[in-house]
Amino acid sequence: MALKTEPFVLNIGPVHPSTHGVFRMRATLDGEVIIDMEPVFGYLHRGIEKLAEERTYTGVIPLTDRLDYLASMSNNLAYVLAVEKLAGIPVPERAEYLRVILAELQRIASHLIAVGAFLNDCGAFFTPFLYMFREREKIVDLFEMVSGQRLLYNYMRIGGFTQDIPDEFLPALDKFVRQMPGFIDEYDRLLAENEILLARAKGVGILPKELAINICASGPVLRGSGVNWDIRKVDPYSIYDRFEFDIPTGSAGDCYDRYRVRVQEMRQSLRIIEQAMKQLPSGAVRSEVPHLIHPPTGEAYAHIEAPKGELGFYLVSDNSIAPYRCHIRAPSLMNLTALREMMLGWKIQDAIIIFGSIDITMGEVDR
Amino acid sequence: MIPSPGLSLEHYWQTLPPDWPGGFWWHWLVFTVIIIAFILMLVMGYIWIERRGMGRMQARLGPNRAGPFGLLQPVADAVKVLTKEDLVPANADKIVHWLAPVVAFAPALMIFAVVPFQDGALLADLNIGILYVVAISSVSTVGIFMAGWGSNNKYSLLGAMRNVAAVVSYEIPLILAIIGVVLIAGSLSLNDIVLAQNIPFILLQPLGFLLFFIAGCAEINRSPFDLMEADSELVAGFHIEYSGMKFALFYLVEYAEALAISAIITTLFLGGWRGPVLPPWLWFLLKVILVFFVMVWTRTTFPRVRIDQLMALAWKFLLPLALINLIITAIQVLAWSEALLWVMIPVNIAIMVILVLLWSKLSKLGWGRVEV
Repeated sequence: MALKTEPFVLNIGPVHPSTHGVFRMRATLDGEVIIDMEPVFGYLHRGIEKLAEERTYTGVIPLTDRLDYLASMSNNLAYVLAVEKLAGIPVPERAEYLRVILAELQRIASHLIAVGAFLNDCGAFFTPFLYMFREREKIVDLFEMVSGQRLLYNYMRIGGFTQDIPDEFLPALDKFVRQMPGFIDEYDRLLAENEILLARAKGVGILPKELAINICASGPVLRGSGVNWDIRKVDPYSIYDRFEFDIPTGSAGDCYDRYRVRVQEMRQSLRIIEQAMKQLPSGAVRSEVPHLIHPPTGEAYAHIEAPKGELGFYLVSDNSIAPYRCHIRAPSLMNLTALREMMLGWKIQDAIIIFGSIDITMGEVDR
Repeated sequence: MIPSPGLSLEHYWQTLPPDWPGGFWWHWLVFTVIIIAFILMLVMGYIWIERRGMGRMQARLGPNRAGPFGLLQPVADAVKVLTKEDLVPANADKIVHWLAPVVAFAPALMIFAVVPFQDGALLADLNIGILYVVAISSVSTVGIFMAGWGSNNKYSLLGAMRNVAAVVSYEIPLILAIIGVVLIAGSLSLNDIVLAQNIPFILLQPLGFLLFFIAGCAEINRSPFDLMEADSELVAGFHIEYSGMKFALFYLVEYAEALAISAIITTLFLGGWRGPVLPPWLWFLLKVILVFFVMVWTRTTFPRVRIDQLMALAWKFLLPLALINLIITAIQVLAWSEALLWVMIPVNIAIMVILVLLWSKLSKLGWGRVEV
């Protein structure tokens, strides 16, 4: 006689250590297998897009910090690029180079957390996570030197930066760039070829190439599925066309590929930083910009390759001191849309690592 | 001790060390006190070793505020936990919820009744000692399942279900690995097994040791088999709805079981209390802590396996290897002679390496996605 069984609903989140914030997965389970999953978000909605309409163009910058709070510099960069495009403001050469350096540092810092949290979700009890936090700390120290802040930097300004970098920044950066490849090797030695990790992450949570393109996925999630698409290459912003770097891609589109893509991207970011440090010119870090900017009536969209994918700001100006409309294309939200398809049929434990491998920040999903 | 049927009290009298005054009941009293003190002290030591050791391995300090080197941290934790409010969920099965920590904790204490701390120094030298250990240790699962069921929480239930599945599967390779040792020693009594170890059985039974260690880790929910607690998935598994002293009891169970498994491993494979120069009880203690250190080490290094991989590991990997190990051991016991001893050690180690490599190539862990 067969036992009578029935599926049951398990709420994973909104308060759960592995939902990376306040995300909720309403999972229907048959035993351990997920047979249906409904993502629920909106717990962290703060109305940032609406708030931006009531502030001056410069006043919006602190708001962008609070989007993806693990990559504030990238958010700043995307926003100031959009305003500069809208108002036609030039940026000094030195500021462009510094922006590239800071954005790439931010990418490393964000990927360190992404990879660490992913391995932690796999069950490696905090060891890789804390190792990676050790190096993130050094990046945060560098950011503290330039901006005085450790999380929400608010450092970039329309037309450049608030102030030039201090004297001790470049030696410290140089030291970090020389040390970091050794640390990445250390992470790889710890777990990259680990039998359990391979069994857990290989072939799990496959995002097919077509689906990845159809859902507008971007960043490591898209590249993990084998699509060679990086805004830095296909639509170079700032001065990225001057640097030499590769775009690492995966093949299978599983959790392991996404994890490897992130690790390899860290190495590429270091390459970019090295080149930028060599070419860094001297001069002003901010062009002459009026205190209140009145961009001409019109609209502009600027996008960058943020650590999590394509981060875009769409601004509409009505020639006043505040944007008429500010829309944010957040990579975390777009990458989440295929979550159900990726999770169906896997077990709860897989669901957690699939979710972890997408690498989202709730601040960006619920704006 | 409850006298088992077929064994008279006379039997206990005979097993006593001759220099014990007062007879059985004094012996019983003294050893009960020693065992409880030993377990509680060593559990505290274990918590400290685990937290400090993990701190070192994870590039941080670990607890270092309470006492020198944070030695008093377990005491501070105990005081904190005792003063916490004891919450019972509204829809919980109150009696089962209350009883579960006790049911889980008692077996962990009872195992030590047959573990020799030095020659003859044990509560009861049962002639079926190792059988008793196996029987008692699986009772803890009942307590854990009661906790999972009684809490009326889906996460708890999932954790408890996983635990039952794991224990049922891992008992078999665990026992088969023990049988190899029993064959060589020719006795089920733990004291006799230690006395038989002129060289530690880890050398004669390397494969058995490996299987026992893996199955033992799975049995007590140590990483990488800690699916029942799985902090990143089930938050805390079966004890998610426990607070205060009841939670502390589960915390104690976790470490008391780790202590029990490391004591059994020490007794069966590492020569128990035997060793040169140092006093026997110190040797025993050192070996137990060494085994536990290896467990901490694996915990900080490995990711967690998935539930189907856990099952596959038990049935496809450990079970066949345990059977092969048993057959090889039986043949070796038949052909036993002192001259062959030093041939057997390298041969057995070579057999272990070949078999483990072969099986890891042959067997696939888990079966991945289910069509829905």
